[in-house]
Amino acid sequence: MRGNPESHELIAVASLPEALTWLATTPGEWTPIAGGTELMVAHAAGRLTQPKLISLWGLPELSFIHVSDESISIGGGVTFGQIRRHAAIAEEFPLLSLAAGWIGSIANQNRATIAGNIVNGSPAADAPPALLVYDAEIELISQRGSRRLPYANFHLGYKQSVLRADELVLALHLPRRFAGHIQYLRKVGTRKAMAITKVALAGSALVDNGIVTEIRLSAASVADRPLRMKATEAVLVGRKLTPETRYNARTALLNEVKPIDDIRSTAQYRKHVAANLLDEFMNELSQNKQSPQEPSQQGFTE
Amino acid sequence: MSTCWQHIQFVVNGQHSAVDVPPMKRLLDVLREDLGLTGAKEGCGEGECGSCSVRMNGELVNSCLVPVLQASGASIETVEGLAIDAELHPLQKAFLECGGAQCGICTPGMLMAATHLLAKNPHPSISEIREGLAGNLCRCTGFIKIFESVLSAATMGGTNAR
Repeated sequence: MRGNPESHELIAVASLPEALTWLATTPGEWTPIAGGTELMVAHAAGRLTQPKLISLWGLPELSFIHVSDESISIGGGVTFGQIRRHAAIAEEFPLLSLAAGWIGSIANQNRATIAGNIVNGSPAADAPPALLVYDAEIELISQRGSRRLPYANFHLGYKQSVLRADELVLALHLPRRFAGHIQYLRKVGTRKAMAITKVALAGSALVDNGIVTEIRLSAASVADRPLRMKATEAVLVGRKLTPETRYNARTALLNEVKPIDDIRSTAQYRKHVAANLLDEFMNELSQNKQSPQEPSQQGFTE
Repeated sequence: MSTCWQHIQFVVNGQHSAVDVPPMKRLLDVLREDLGLTGAKEGCGEGECGSCSVRMNGELVNSCLVPVLQASGASIETVEGLAIDAELHPLQKAFLECGGAQCGICTPGMLMAATHLLAKNPHPSISEIREGLAGNLCRCTGFIKIFESVLSAATMGGTNAR
């Protein structure tokens, strides 16, 4: 432990409005902390630069999963353990359930929240690829009111987002129209578990008579942010999965991803593997599978 | 810069406790330094190794990642709460009998992760045991004897056996 607990203030609040008041009064002065799986690591290493923190852990207004006819709404304070255990999410949004199980150990999943995973802004984060292919909307709240935007528009660059200093993530909203889609998610890391992503790819598509009528693709660790791959999607939608289409999709992906060399992998490897994962998804689309693979068959690949 | 210490109360292994500490002090350090409960160990200090595992309100957590303020009012279970007087917990007996403990550094965390697993799932398969303990690293045993210990405890009736 190199950090000094006496160098940081930490306050607890009884309600969401109280938290928003603190954030609004002096925007940027207080840093929200929920499960601490990111900030407490920095704290122990002596790298936590924020002197004032406000605990959101356990706030009931952020800890809900609400199922309506149109959507499933997940409060920002919901943990990945709660997401994994939710039957309706597992049934209709299996990619999110699968990703939730990749987020560290059980102990980490019991503390890490979905808003934390997003706001932390890592391009390697596990939940975002699933949220992107499910067309999730993100709802932000402040004393000024709430606003709702496509999650795909949330990240602006490396660790940059539209979140303002006085705002919190209230919820993610997942539209309930993907149950019939062919869904795909594979993560490639150094080990089978407990490893940060080198590259991951998610997809959701409808195929009718061999023609891709609808498709969404996203990837992690291939750009400065979690990436929705609209250019690659555009090559595939409305087309039969001929060798030519597949070649064009692979080429489009290689142009669309902008990975870097870093401690975990190289740009070259990431590009090659991302294209191979797309190939694998296109194989599944060609076989016209009607349901996603069971998580046990589906991969976190070494 | 210094911060206001806070008076924090919680229940540890069934007993009320109160400490005056900085609110960002890690639960792990409060347990070890303020309460003298040195069972939970610091391995990595970043939530990777699980040697600081405790249960907080019935959920397994890494106590190195919990600022103590967030444990205010909570019920904490540590490895010291497993044995009742001189009577070892069935998991502790199984770890002894099956060679699940060697140097001992990871053992408290392994026991708490296993306790949590058996509380949620009294008869886990080997693969469920592997997942339940996936956040706990051991550099001595090669893990197999630990998995066998948990399986043995579950077969004997696990956490409800005593």
